[in-house]
Amino acid sequence: MPPDPLRTYHPWLPFVTLLRKEILRFWRVSSQTLLTPIITASLYLFVFGATLGNRLSVLEGFSYAQFVIPGLILMGVINNSFANCSSSLFMSRYLGGIVDLLVTPVSPPQFIMAYTLAAMLRGTLVGTVVWLISTLFASLPWQSPLLAILMALLSSFLFAQFGLVAAIFAHNFDTLSMYTNFLILPLIYLGGVFYPISILPAPWGGLSHLNPLFYLIDGFRHAIIGVGDTSYLIAFGVSGGMALGMFCWAAWLIGKGYRLRT
Amino acid sequence: MNALEIKDLKKSFGGVDAVKGINFTIQQGEIFGLLGPNGAGKSTTINMIAGVARIDSGSISAFGYDNRRDYRKTRQMLGVVHQEIVIDNFFTIDQALRLHSGYYGVKDDPAWRQLLIDQLGLRPHLGKVMLKLSGGLKRRFMIAKALIHKPRLLILDEPTAGVDVELRHSLWEFVRKINREGTTILLTTHYLEEAEEMCDRVAIMHHGELIAMEQTHELVRRLSNRQLRFWLDSPLQELPLALTEFRPKLKEDGRQLLLNLPAGESAGVLLNRVCELGLKIRDIETDQSGLEEVFLQLTGMKGSNHAP
Repeated sequence: MPPDPLRTYHPWLPFVTLLRKEILRFWRVSSQTLLTPIITASLYLFVFGATLGNRLSVLEGFSYAQFVIPGLILMGVINNSFANCSSSLFMSRYLGGIVDLLVTPVSPPQFIMAYTLAAMLRGTLVGTVVWLISTLFASLPWQSPLLAILMALLSSFLFAQFGLVAAIFAHNFDTLSMYTNFLILPLIYLGGVFYPISILPAPWGGLSHLNPLFYLIDGFRHAIIGVGDTSYLIAFGVSGGMALGMFCWAAWLIGKGYRLRT
Repeated sequence: MNALEIKDLKKSFGGVDAVKGINFTIQQGEIFGLLGPNGAGKSTTINMIAGVARIDSGSISAFGYDNRRDYRKTRQMLGVVHQEIVIDNFFTIDQALRLHSGYYGVKDDPAWRQLLIDQLGLRPHLGKVMLKLSGGLKRRFMIAKALIHKPRLLILDEPTAGVDVELRHSLWEFVRKINREGTTILLTTHYLEEAEEMCDRVAIMHHGELIAMEQTHELVRRLSNRQLRFWLDSPLQELPLALTEFRPKLKEDGRQLLLNLPAGESAGVLLNRVCELGLKIRDIETDQSGLEEVFLQLTGMKGSNHAP
Protein backbone atom coordinates (compact mmCIF):
# COMPACT_ATOMS: atom_id res chain seq x y z
CA MET A 1 0.00 0.00 0.00
CA PRO A 2 1.47 3.41 -0.95
CA PRO A 3 1.94 5.76 2.03
CA ASP A 4 -0.88 8.18 2.84
CA PRO A 5 -0.20 11.15 0.51
CA LEU A 6 -1.93 13.52 2.94
CA ARG A 7 0.78 12.94 5.57
CA THR A 8 3.51 14.16 3.29
CA TYR A 9 1.53 17.15 1.98
CA HIS A 10 3.13 20.61 2.27
CA PRO A 11 0.38 23.19 1.64
CA TRP A 12 2.69 25.91 0.26
CA LEU A 13 4.74 23.65 -1.97
CA PRO A 14 2.28 23.68 -4.95
CA PHE A 15 2.46 27.49 -5.00
CA VAL A 16 6.25 27.64 -4.61
CA THR A 17 6.69 25.01 -7.34
CA LEU A 18 4.38 26.75 -9.80
CA LEU A 19 6.11 30.07 -9.13
CA ARG A 20 9.49 28.41 -9.67
CA LYS A 21 8.28 26.82 -12.89
CA GLU A 22 6.93 30.12 -14.20
CA ILE A 23 10.22 31.89 -13.42
CA LEU A 24 12.23 29.07 -15.03
CA ARG A 25 9.97 29.25 -18.06
CA PHE A 26 10.80 32.87 -18.87
CA TRP A 27 14.42 32.48 -17.75
CA ARG A 28 14.98 29.62 -20.21
CA VAL A 29 13.90 31.76 -23.13
CA SER A 30 15.46 34.93 -21.75
CA SER A 31 16.60 36.05 -25.19
CA GLN A 32 12.92 36.49 -26.05
CA THR A 33 11.52 37.41 -22.67
CA LEU A 34 14.21 39.67 -21.23
CA LEU A 35 16.79 40.59 -23.86
CA THR A 36 14.38 41.61 -26.64
CA PRO A 37 12.34 44.07 -24.53
CA ILE A 38 15.54 45.49 -23.05
CA ILE A 39 17.02 46.07 -26.53
CA THR A 40 13.75 47.69 -27.70
CA ALA A 41 13.72 50.00 -24.66
CA SER A 42 17.43 50.78 -25.17
CA LEU A 43 16.70 51.88 -28.75
CA TYR A 44 14.00 54.23 -27.47
CA LEU A 45 16.48 55.51 -24.88
CA PHE A 46 19.09 56.08 -27.56
CA VAL A 47 16.65 57.93 -29.84
CA PHE A 48 15.09 60.07 -27.10
CA GLY A 49 18.09 60.27 -24.81
CA ALA A 50 21.22 60.60 -26.93
CA THR A 51 19.77 62.28 -30.01
CA LEU A 52 16.63 64.30 -29.22
CA GLY A 53 16.86 64.27 -25.43
CA ASN A 54 18.96 67.37 -25.01
CA ARG A 55 17.41 69.42 -27.84
CA LEU A 56 13.75 69.01 -26.82
CA SER A 57 11.95 70.05 -23.68
CA VAL A 58 8.27 69.47 -23.04
CA LEU A 59 8.35 70.28 -19.34
CA GLU A 60 10.05 73.27 -17.86
CA GLY A 61 13.12 72.46 -15.81
CA PHE A 62 13.58 68.94 -17.22
CA SER A 63 15.30 67.58 -20.29
CA TYR A 64 13.20 65.48 -22.64
CA ALA A 65 15.24 62.45 -21.65
CA GLN A 66 14.34 63.00 -17.99
CA PHE A 67 10.70 63.33 -18.99
CA VAL A 68 10.51 60.29 -21.24
CA ILE A 69 12.60 57.78 -19.24
CA PRO A 70 9.99 57.12 -16.49
CA GLY A 71 7.41 56.38 -19.20
CA LEU A 72 9.80 54.01 -20.98
CA ILE A 73 10.59 52.19 -17.73
CA LEU A 74 6.89 51.75 -17.00
CA MET A 75 6.21 50.68 -20.59
CA GLY A 76 8.74 47.85 -20.09
CA VAL A 77 7.12 46.87 -16.79
CA ILE A 78 3.59 46.87 -18.24
CA ASN A 79 4.35 45.07 -21.51
CA ASN A 80 6.38 42.32 -19.88
CA SER A 81 4.04 41.70 -16.99
CA PHE A 82 1.19 41.31 -19.46
CA ALA A 83 3.20 39.20 -21.89
CA ASN A 84 4.43 36.79 -19.22
CA CYS A 85 1.00 35.90 -17.84
CA SER A 86 -0.83 35.95 -21.14
CA SER A 87 1.65 33.88 -23.16
CA SER A 88 2.29 31.32 -20.42
CA LEU A 89 -1.36 30.68 -19.60
CA PHE A 90 -2.49 30.81 -23.22
CA MET A 91 0.19 28.33 -24.31
CA SER A 92 -0.84 26.01 -21.50
CA ARG A 93 -4.43 26.23 -22.69
CA TYR A 94 -3.54 25.95 -26.36
CA LEU A 95 -1.14 23.01 -26.03
CA GLY A 96 -3.22 21.26 -23.37
CA GLY A 97 -0.59 21.47 -20.61
CA ILE A 98 -3.08 23.25 -18.36
CA VAL A 99 -4.60 19.83 -17.66
CA ASP A 100 -1.42 18.94 -15.77
CA LEU A 101 -2.17 21.73 -13.31
CA LEU A 102 -5.91 21.20 -13.12
CA VAL A 103 -5.47 17.66 -11.78
CA THR A 104 -3.14 18.80 -8.99
CA PRO A 105 -4.02 20.33 -5.61
CA VAL A 106 -2.86 23.79 -6.78
CA SER A 107 -5.71 26.03 -5.58
CA PRO A 108 -7.05 28.99 -7.62
CA PRO A 109 -5.45 31.58 -5.24
CA GLN A 110 -2.10 29.75 -5.50
CA PHE A 111 -2.49 29.62 -9.28
CA ILE A 112 -3.11 33.38 -9.52
CA MET A 113 -0.37 34.28 -7.03
CA ALA A 114 2.26 32.17 -8.80
CA TYR A 115 1.47 33.49 -12.29
CA THR A 116 1.23 37.06 -10.99
CA LEU A 117 4.47 37.06 -9.02
CA ALA A 118 6.44 35.53 -11.89
CA ALA A 119 5.02 38.17 -14.26
CA MET A 120 5.83 40.94 -11.77
CA LEU A 121 9.37 39.63 -11.43
CA ARG A 122 9.87 39.70 -15.20
CA GLY A 123 8.24 43.14 -15.50
CA THR A 124 10.32 44.69 -12.72
CA LEU A 125 13.51 43.01 -14.01
CA VAL A 126 13.01 44.61 -17.43
CA GLY A 127 12.05 47.94 -15.80
CA THR A 128 15.15 47.88 -13.59
CA VAL A 129 17.52 47.13 -16.47
CA VAL A 130 15.91 49.88 -18.58
CA TRP A 131 16.43 52.32 -15.69
CA LEU A 132 20.08 51.22 -15.29
CA ILE A 133 20.72 51.74 -19.02
CA SER A 134 18.91 55.09 -18.88
CA THR A 135 21.51 56.41 -16.41
CA LEU A 136 23.88 56.60 -19.39
CA PHE A 137 21.64 59.27 -20.93
CA ALA A 138 20.14 61.23 -18.04
CA SER A 139 20.01 61.29 -14.29
CA LEU A 140 16.57 61.16 -12.65
CA PRO A 141 15.79 63.19 -9.53
CA TRP A 142 13.87 60.32 -7.76
CA GLN A 143 11.67 62.65 -5.70
CA SER A 144 9.57 59.89 -4.05
CA PRO A 145 11.28 56.55 -4.74
CA LEU A 146 8.89 54.54 -2.57
CA LEU A 147 5.85 55.90 -4.39
CA ALA A 148 7.55 55.22 -7.72
CA ILE A 149 8.26 51.61 -6.74
CA LEU A 150 4.71 51.24 -5.46
CA MET A 151 3.27 52.53 -8.75
CA ALA A 152 5.56 50.23 -10.78
CA LEU A 153 4.43 47.24 -8.70
CA LEU A 154 0.79 48.28 -8.96
CA SER A 155 1.07 48.62 -12.76
CA SER A 156 2.83 45.28 -12.99
CA PHE A 157 0.16 43.62 -10.84
CA LEU A 158 -2.65 45.18 -12.88
CA PHE A 159 -1.21 44.01 -16.20
CA ALA A 160 -0.40 40.55 -14.86
CA GLN A 161 -4.11 40.21 -14.03
CA PHE A 162 -5.05 41.56 -17.44
CA GLY A 163 -2.67 39.00 -18.98
CA LEU A 164 -4.52 36.18 -17.19
CA VAL A 165 -7.90 37.48 -18.35
CA ALA A 166 -6.66 37.94 -21.94
CA ALA A 167 -5.20 34.40 -21.99
CA ILE A 168 -8.52 32.97 -20.85
CA PHE A 169 -10.54 34.80 -23.49
CA ALA A 170 -8.08 34.49 -26.40
CA HIS A 171 -9.01 31.98 -29.11
CA ASN A 172 -5.64 31.90 -30.81
CA PHE A 173 -2.26 33.64 -30.91
CA ASP A 174 -3.65 36.31 -33.23
CA THR A 175 -6.28 37.35 -30.68
CA LEU A 176 -3.61 37.47 -28.02
CA SER A 177 -1.34 39.73 -30.08
CA MET A 178 -4.36 41.96 -30.81
CA TYR A 179 -4.58 42.78 -27.10
CA THR A 180 -0.97 44.00 -27.25
CA ASN A 181 -1.01 45.72 -30.62
CA PHE A 182 -4.48 47.24 -30.68
CA LEU A 183 -5.12 47.93 -27.02
CA ILE A 184 -2.07 48.16 -24.76
CA LEU A 185 0.33 49.79 -27.22
CA PRO A 186 -2.04 52.61 -28.34
CA LEU A 187 -3.10 53.25 -24.75
CA ILE A 188 0.55 53.48 -23.66
CA TYR A 189 1.51 55.79 -26.53
CA LEU A 190 -1.55 58.00 -25.98
CA GLY A 191 -1.23 57.83 -22.19
CA GLY A 192 1.57 60.36 -21.89
CA VAL A 193 4.78 58.38 -22.25
CA PHE A 194 6.19 60.76 -24.84
CA TYR A 195 4.44 64.04 -23.96
CA PRO A 196 2.61 65.61 -21.02
CA ILE A 197 -1.18 65.50 -21.41
CA SER A 198 -1.32 69.15 -20.34
CA ILE A 199 0.20 70.33 -23.67
CA LEU A 200 -2.57 68.69 -25.74
CA PRO A 201 -5.27 70.97 -27.18
CA ALA A 202 -8.94 70.42 -26.34
CA PRO A 203 -10.61 67.95 -26.56
CA TRP A 204 -7.57 65.59 -26.65
CA GLY A 205 -6.29 66.60 -23.23
CA GLY A 206 -9.66 65.89 -21.63
CA LEU A 207 -10.09 62.64 -23.57
CA SER A 208 -6.67 61.47 -22.41
CA HIS A 209 -8.02 61.45 -18.85
CA LEU A 210 -10.26 58.56 -19.96
CA ASN A 211 -7.17 56.53 -20.80
CA PRO A 212 -6.51 54.29 -17.79
CA LEU A 213 -2.80 54.07 -18.68
CA PHE A 214 -2.46 57.83 -18.18
CA TYR A 215 -2.87 57.47 -14.39
CA LEU A 216 -0.17 54.80 -14.15
CA ILE A 217 2.34 56.68 -16.28
CA ASP A 218 1.62 60.08 -14.76
CA GLY A 219 1.69 58.73 -11.19
CA PHE A 220 5.02 56.97 -11.81
CA ARG A 221 6.62 60.02 -13.46
CA HIS A 222 5.23 62.31 -10.78
CA ALA A 223 6.92 60.18 -8.09
CA ILE A 224 10.24 60.34 -9.97
CA ILE A 225 10.47 63.94 -11.19
CA GLY A 226 8.07 65.53 -8.72
CA VAL A 227 5.74 66.99 -11.38
CA GLY A 228 2.55 65.42 -12.67
CA ASP A 229 -0.65 66.20 -14.58
CA THR A 230 -2.77 64.83 -11.76
CA SER A 231 -2.47 64.34 -7.99
CA TYR A 232 -1.06 61.25 -6.31
CA LEU A 233 -4.45 60.60 -4.77
CA ILE A 234 -6.19 60.40 -8.14
CA ALA A 235 -3.34 58.52 -9.85
CA PHE A 236 -3.07 55.89 -7.10
CA GLY A 237 -6.81 55.80 -6.50
CA VAL A 238 -7.66 55.10 -10.15
CA SER A 239 -4.73 52.66 -10.59
CA GLY A 240 -5.55 50.81 -7.36
CA GLY A 241 -9.22 50.60 -8.32
CA MET A 242 -8.37 49.19 -11.75
CA ALA A 243 -5.93 46.69 -10.24
CA LEU A 244 -8.53 45.53 -7.73
CA GLY A 245 -11.22 45.24 -10.39
CA MET A 246 -8.97 43.30 -12.75
CA PHE A 247 -7.82 41.02 -9.92
CA CYS A 248 -11.43 40.25 -8.96
CA TRP A 249 -12.24 39.45 -12.61
CA ALA A 250 -9.22 37.17 -13.02
CA ALA A 251 -9.89 35.49 -9.65
CA TRP A 252 -13.52 34.88 -10.55
CA LEU A 253 -12.63 33.38 -13.95
CA ILE A 254 -9.89 31.14 -12.57
CA GLY A 255 -11.89 30.17 -9.48
CA LYS A 256 -14.74 29.14 -11.74
CA GLY A 257 -12.37 27.41 -14.15
CA TYR A 258 -13.90 29.45 -16.98
CA ARG A 259 -12.55 28.13 -20.32
CA LEU A 260 -10.00 26.12 -18.32
CA ARG A 261 -12.19 23.26 -17.13
CA THR A 262 -14.83 21.85 -19.50
CA MET B 1 -13.57 2.47 2.43
CA ASN B 2 -13.87 2.46 -1.34
CA ALA B 3 -11.10 3.86 -3.51
CA LEU B 4 -13.69 5.59 -5.66
CA GLU B 5 -17.41 6.12 -5.28
CA ILE B 6 -19.49 7.66 -8.03
CA LYS B 7 -23.14 8.50 -7.41
CA ASP B 8 -25.68 9.61 -10.00
CA LEU B 9 -23.02 11.44 -12.02
CA LYS B 10 -24.32 13.61 -14.84
CA LYS B 11 -22.68 15.85 -17.42
CA SER B 12 -23.95 17.48 -20.56
CA PHE B 13 -22.35 19.63 -23.25
CA GLY B 14 -24.57 22.12 -25.04
CA GLY B 15 -27.73 20.23 -24.17
CA VAL B 16 -26.30 16.83 -25.19
CA ASP B 17 -26.10 14.39 -22.27
CA ALA B 18 -22.59 12.94 -22.23
CA VAL B 19 -22.94 11.11 -18.90
CA LYS B 20 -26.45 10.19 -17.76
CA GLY B 21 -26.45 9.53 -14.03
CA ILE B 22 -23.97 6.69 -13.65
CA ASN B 23 -23.14 4.90 -10.38
CA PHE B 24 -20.18 2.71 -9.58
CA THR B 25 -17.60 2.05 -6.92
CA ILE B 26 -14.04 0.80 -7.12
CA GLN B 27 -12.63 -1.09 -4.21
CA GLN B 28 -9.11 -0.54 -2.94
CA GLY B 29 -6.60 -2.76 -4.70
CA GLU B 30 -8.80 -3.44 -7.72
CA ILE B 31 -7.96 -3.09 -11.39
CA PHE B 32 -11.18 -1.71 -12.82
CA GLY B 33 -11.78 -1.28 -16.54
CA LEU B 34 -14.14 1.33 -17.93
CA LEU B 35 -14.89 0.34 -21.50
CA GLY B 36 -17.06 1.71 -24.23
CA PRO B 37 -17.07 2.86 -27.85
CA ASN B 38 -15.84 6.32 -28.83
CA GLY B 39 -18.18 8.97 -27.46
CA ALA B 40 -19.58 6.68 -24.77
CA GLY B 41 -18.65 9.14 -22.01
CA LYS B 42 -15.57 7.38 -20.58
CA SER B 43 -13.15 10.27 -20.92
CA THR B 44 -15.78 12.74 -19.69
CA THR B 45 -16.24 10.56 -16.61
CA ILE B 46 -12.50 10.37 -16.06
CA ASN B 47 -12.14 14.12 -16.55
CA MET B 48 -14.79 14.70 -13.90
CA ILE B 49 -13.01 12.35 -11.49
CA ALA B 50 -9.70 14.12 -12.14
CA GLY B 51 -11.21 17.59 -11.80
CA VAL B 52 -10.62 18.64 -15.41
CA ALA B 53 -14.36 18.72 -16.17
CA ARG B 54 -17.01 20.23 -13.94
CA ILE B 55 -19.76 17.99 -12.55
CA ASP B 56 -23.34 18.96 -13.46
CA SER B 57 -24.87 16.84 -10.72
CA GLY B 58 -24.08 13.81 -8.61
CA SER B 59 -20.95 13.19 -6.59
CA ILE B 60 -17.50 11.67 -6.77
CA SER B 61 -15.47 10.71 -3.73
CA ALA B 62 -12.02 9.18 -3.57
CA PHE B 63 -10.98 7.39 -0.38
CA GLY B 64 -13.85 9.11 1.42
CA TYR B 65 -13.06 12.65 0.22
CA ASP B 66 -15.53 14.54 -1.94
CA ASN B 67 -13.77 15.72 -5.09
CA ARG B 68 -15.36 19.17 -4.97
CA ARG B 69 -15.47 19.94 -1.24
CA ASP B 70 -12.10 18.32 -0.45
CA TYR B 71 -10.59 18.73 -3.90
CA ARG B 72 -7.02 19.08 -2.67
CA LYS B 73 -7.18 15.87 -0.65
CA THR B 74 -8.88 14.01 -3.49
CA ARG B 75 -6.31 15.11 -6.05
CA GLN B 76 -3.53 14.05 -3.69
CA MET B 77 -4.95 10.54 -3.87
CA LEU B 78 -5.17 10.43 -7.67
CA GLY B 79 -2.61 10.09 -10.42
CA VAL B 80 -3.93 10.65 -13.93
CA VAL B 81 -2.48 9.56 -17.28
CA HIS B 82 -4.45 11.46 -19.89
CA GLN B 83 -5.39 10.11 -23.28
CA GLU B 84 -3.73 13.02 -25.08
CA ILE B 85 -0.01 13.45 -24.66
CA VAL B 86 0.42 16.40 -22.30
CA ILE B 87 3.97 17.64 -21.84
CA ASP B 88 5.81 20.83 -21.10
CA ASN B 89 8.38 21.35 -23.81
CA PHE B 90 10.50 23.70 -21.70
CA PHE B 91 11.79 21.02 -19.32
CA THR B 92 13.74 17.77 -19.29
CA ILE B 93 12.22 14.56 -17.94
CA ASP B 94 14.05 14.89 -14.64
CA GLN B 95 13.10 18.55 -14.10
CA ALA B 96 9.47 17.94 -15.05
CA LEU B 97 9.19 15.04 -12.59
CA ARG B 98 10.53 17.21 -9.76
CA LEU B 99 8.10 19.97 -10.63
CA HIS B 100 5.17 17.57 -10.69
CA SER B 101 6.00 16.26 -7.29
CA GLY B 102 5.91 19.84 -6.02
CA TYR B 103 2.54 20.60 -7.62
CA TYR B 104 1.13 17.84 -5.44
CA GLY B 105 2.70 19.36 -2.32
CA VAL B 106 5.12 16.45 -2.00
CA LYS B 107 8.84 17.08 -1.53
CA ASP B 108 11.05 15.46 -4.13
CA ASP B 109 11.89 11.88 -3.16
CA PRO B 110 15.04 11.12 -5.21
CA ALA B 111 14.88 7.37 -4.52
CA TRP B 112 11.28 7.09 -5.76
CA ARG B 113 11.99 9.34 -8.74
CA GLN B 114 15.00 7.24 -9.72
CA LEU B 115 12.95 4.05 -9.32
CA LEU B 116 10.26 5.36 -11.68
CA ILE B 117 12.90 6.49 -14.15
CA ASP B 118 14.48 3.04 -14.15
CA GLN B 119 11.24 1.05 -14.15
CA LEU B 120 9.92 2.98 -17.12
CA GLY B 121 13.18 2.90 -19.06
CA LEU B 122 13.66 6.67 -19.04
CA ARG B 123 17.24 6.81 -17.75
CA PRO B 124 19.01 7.20 -21.11
CA HIS B 125 16.77 10.16 -21.94
CA LEU B 126 16.88 12.15 -18.70
CA GLY B 127 18.62 15.19 -20.11
CA LYS B 128 16.41 15.50 -23.19
CA VAL B 129 13.76 18.18 -23.39
CA MET B 130 10.26 16.83 -24.00
CA LEU B 131 10.16 18.04 -27.57
CA LYS B 132 12.95 15.57 -28.47
CA LEU B 133 11.23 12.48 -27.05
CA SER B 134 9.53 9.84 -29.18
CA GLY B 135 5.81 9.10 -28.74
CA GLY B 136 6.51 5.97 -26.69
CA LEU B 137 8.88 7.83 -24.37
CA LYS B 138 6.34 10.59 -23.87
CA ARG B 139 3.77 7.95 -22.84
CA ARG B 140 6.22 6.41 -20.37
CA PHE B 141 7.04 9.84 -19.00
CA MET B 142 3.34 10.55 -18.50
CA ILE B 143 3.01 7.42 -16.39
CA ALA B 144 6.04 8.41 -14.30
CA LYS B 145 4.56 11.89 -13.90
CA ALA B 146 1.22 10.48 -12.72
CA LEU B 147 2.98 8.31 -10.13
CA ILE B 148 5.57 10.78 -8.84
CA HIS B 149 3.47 11.79 -5.79
CA LYS B 150 2.69 8.15 -4.94
CA PRO B 151 -1.07 8.26 -5.57
CA ARG B 152 -3.36 5.55 -4.21
CA LEU B 153 -5.53 5.46 -7.32
CA LEU B 154 -3.94 5.56 -10.77
CA ILE B 155 -6.25 6.53 -13.62
CA LEU B 156 -5.08 5.44 -17.07
CA ASP B 157 -7.13 6.83 -19.94
CA GLU B 158 -6.09 4.88 -23.05
CA PRO B 159 -2.45 4.73 -21.92
CA THR B 160 -1.41 2.41 -24.74
CA ALA B 161 -3.10 4.17 -27.65
CA GLY B 162 -0.63 4.30 -30.52
CA VAL B 163 2.02 2.42 -28.57
CA ASP B 164 3.92 -0.54 -30.05
CA VAL B 165 3.32 -4.09 -28.79
CA GLU B 166 6.56 -4.35 -26.83
CA LEU B 167 6.01 -1.11 -24.94
CA ARG B 168 2.37 -1.99 -24.32
CA HIS B 169 3.44 -5.25 -22.80
CA SER B 170 6.02 -3.60 -20.54
CA LEU B 171 3.57 -0.88 -19.48
CA TRP B 172 0.97 -3.42 -18.44
CA GLU B 173 3.64 -5.38 -16.57
CA PHE B 174 4.49 -2.23 -14.67
CA VAL B 175 0.82 -1.50 -13.95
CA ARG B 176 0.38 -5.02 -12.57
CA LYS B 177 3.43 -4.55 -10.38
CA ILE B 178 2.25 -1.31 -8.79
CA ASN B 179 -1.19 -2.83 -8.36
CA ARG B 180 0.35 -5.74 -6.45
CA GLU B 181 2.05 -3.16 -4.25
CA GLY B 182 -1.33 -1.65 -3.37
CA THR B 183 -2.20 1.00 -5.96
CA THR B 184 -5.77 0.81 -7.21
CA ILE B 185 -6.11 1.12 -11.00
CA LEU B 186 -8.88 2.57 -13.14
CA LEU B 187 -8.24 2.14 -16.83
CA THR B 188 -9.83 2.58 -20.18
CA THR B 189 -8.41 0.83 -23.21
CA HIS B 190 -9.34 0.08 -26.78
CA TYR B 191 -7.59 -3.28 -26.51
CA LEU B 192 -10.32 -5.45 -25.07
CA GLU B 193 -8.19 -8.56 -24.81
CA GLU B 194 -5.92 -6.55 -22.52
CA ALA B 195 -8.87 -5.37 -20.43
CA GLU B 196 -9.98 -9.00 -20.16
CA GLU B 197 -6.55 -10.04 -19.03
CA MET B 198 -5.85 -7.09 -16.72
CA CYS B 199 -9.12 -6.12 -15.06
CA ASP B 200 -10.73 -7.69 -12.01
CA ARG B 201 -13.97 -5.94 -12.92
CA VAL B 202 -15.18 -4.07 -15.95
CA ALA B 203 -17.98 -1.61 -16.62
CA ILE B 204 -19.24 -0.98 -20.12
CA MET B 205 -20.47 2.49 -20.99
CA HIS B 206 -22.65 3.27 -23.96
CA HIS B 207 -24.33 6.57 -24.82
CA GLY B 208 -23.45 7.95 -21.37
CA GLU B 209 -24.91 5.03 -19.43
CA LEU B 210 -23.44 1.98 -17.74
CA ILE B 211 -24.91 -1.01 -19.52
CA ALA B 212 -22.92 -3.71 -17.71
CA MET B 213 -20.69 -3.97 -14.69
CA GLU B 214 -19.36 -7.07 -13.02
CA GLN B 215 -16.34 -9.31 -12.53
CA THR B 216 -14.66 -9.65 -15.91
CA HIS B 217 -14.73 -13.45 -16.01
CA GLU B 218 -18.33 -13.48 -14.75
CA LEU B 219 -19.42 -11.07 -17.48
CA VAL B 220 -17.69 -13.09 -20.15
CA ARG B 221 -19.10 -16.36 -18.78
CA ARG B 222 -22.62 -14.98 -18.52
CA LEU B 223 -22.85 -13.21 -21.82
CA SER B 224 -20.44 -14.80 -24.24
CA ASN B 225 -21.37 -17.55 -26.65
CA ARG B 226 -19.77 -20.87 -26.00
CA GLN B 227 -19.59 -23.54 -28.62
CA LEU B 228 -18.90 -27.23 -28.14
CA ARG B 229 -17.27 -29.08 -31.01
CA PHE B 230 -17.79 -32.89 -30.93
CA TRP B 231 -15.57 -35.12 -33.08
CA LEU B 232 -17.64 -38.22 -33.80
CA ASP B 233 -16.48 -41.81 -34.49
CA SER B 234 -18.99 -42.28 -37.30
CA PRO B 235 -20.29 -39.45 -39.46
CA LEU B 236 -23.84 -38.17 -39.11
CA GLN B 237 -26.01 -37.89 -42.24
CA GLU B 238 -28.48 -35.43 -40.78
CA LEU B 239 -28.84 -33.14 -37.80
CA PRO B 240 -30.52 -34.71 -34.75
CA LEU B 241 -33.88 -33.00 -34.11
CA ALA B 242 -33.44 -33.38 -30.34
CA LEU B 243 -30.55 -30.91 -30.45
CA THR B 244 -32.33 -28.18 -32.46
CA GLU B 245 -32.38 -25.78 -29.49
CA PHE B 246 -28.54 -25.80 -29.53
CA ARG B 247 -28.43 -24.55 -33.16
CA PRO B 248 -26.47 -27.61 -34.39
CA LYS B 249 -24.22 -27.63 -37.46
CA LEU B 250 -22.36 -30.44 -39.18
CA LYS B 251 -18.88 -30.12 -40.61
CA GLU B 252 -16.11 -32.36 -41.96
CA ASP B 253 -18.59 -34.62 -43.84
CA GLY B 254 -20.64 -35.15 -40.70
CA ARG B 255 -17.70 -36.10 -38.49
CA GLN B 256 -17.86 -32.84 -36.59
CA LEU B 257 -20.94 -31.63 -34.70
CA LEU B 258 -21.07 -28.03 -33.51
CA LEU B 259 -23.48 -27.06 -30.75
CA ASN B 260 -24.01 -23.64 -29.18
CA LEU B 261 -24.29 -23.55 -25.43
CA PRO B 262 -26.79 -20.96 -24.21
CA ALA B 263 -25.45 -18.33 -21.78
CA GLY B 264 -25.50 -19.60 -18.22
CA GLU B 265 -26.07 -23.25 -19.28
CA SER B 266 -23.62 -25.86 -18.05
CA ALA B 267 -21.64 -27.89 -20.58
CA GLY B 268 -22.51 -31.08 -18.66
CA VAL B 269 -26.19 -30.80 -19.59
CA LEU B 270 -25.32 -30.60 -23.26
CA LEU B 271 -22.90 -33.49 -23.00
CA ASN B 272 -25.60 -35.66 -21.39
CA ARG B 273 -28.03 -34.84 -24.19
CA VAL B 274 -25.49 -35.88 -26.82
CA CYS B 275 -24.70 -39.13 -24.98
CA GLU B 276 -28.42 -39.90 -24.64
CA LEU B 277 -28.64 -39.92 -28.46
CA GLY B 278 -26.08 -42.71 -28.52
CA LEU B 279 -23.51 -40.72 -30.47
CA LYS B 280 -19.96 -42.00 -30.02
CA ILE B 281 -17.66 -39.11 -29.19
CA ARG B 282 -13.97 -39.26 -30.09
CA ASP B 283 -12.99 -35.80 -28.86
CA ILE B 284 -14.50 -32.54 -27.58
CA GLU B 285 -13.32 -28.96 -28.02
CA THR B 286 -14.86 -25.85 -26.52
CA ASP B 287 -14.67 -22.40 -28.07
CA GLN B 288 -15.54 -19.38 -25.97
CA SER B 289 -15.80 -15.86 -27.29
CA GLY B 290 -14.22 -13.24 -25.07
CA LEU B 291 -14.84 -9.77 -23.77
CA GLU B 292 -14.68 -8.33 -27.26
CA GLU B 293 -17.67 -10.43 -28.35
CA VAL B 294 -19.58 -9.45 -25.20
CA PHE B 295 -18.70 -5.81 -25.74
CA LEU B 296 -19.89 -5.85 -29.34
CA GLN B 297 -23.12 -7.55 -28.38
CA LEU B 298 -23.88 -5.15 -25.54
CA THR B 299 -23.12 -2.03 -27.49
CA GLY B 300 -24.98 -3.31 -30.54
CA MET B 301 -21.93 -2.84 -32.69
CA LYS B 302 -21.58 -6.42 -33.83
CA GLY B 303 -21.36 -6.58 -37.57
CA SER B 304 -20.77 -2.85 -37.90
CA ASN B 305 -17.49 -1.28 -38.88
CA HIS B 306 -17.10 0.66 -35.66
CA ALA B 307 -13.99 0.08 -33.65
CA PRO B 308 -14.65 -0.15 -29.91
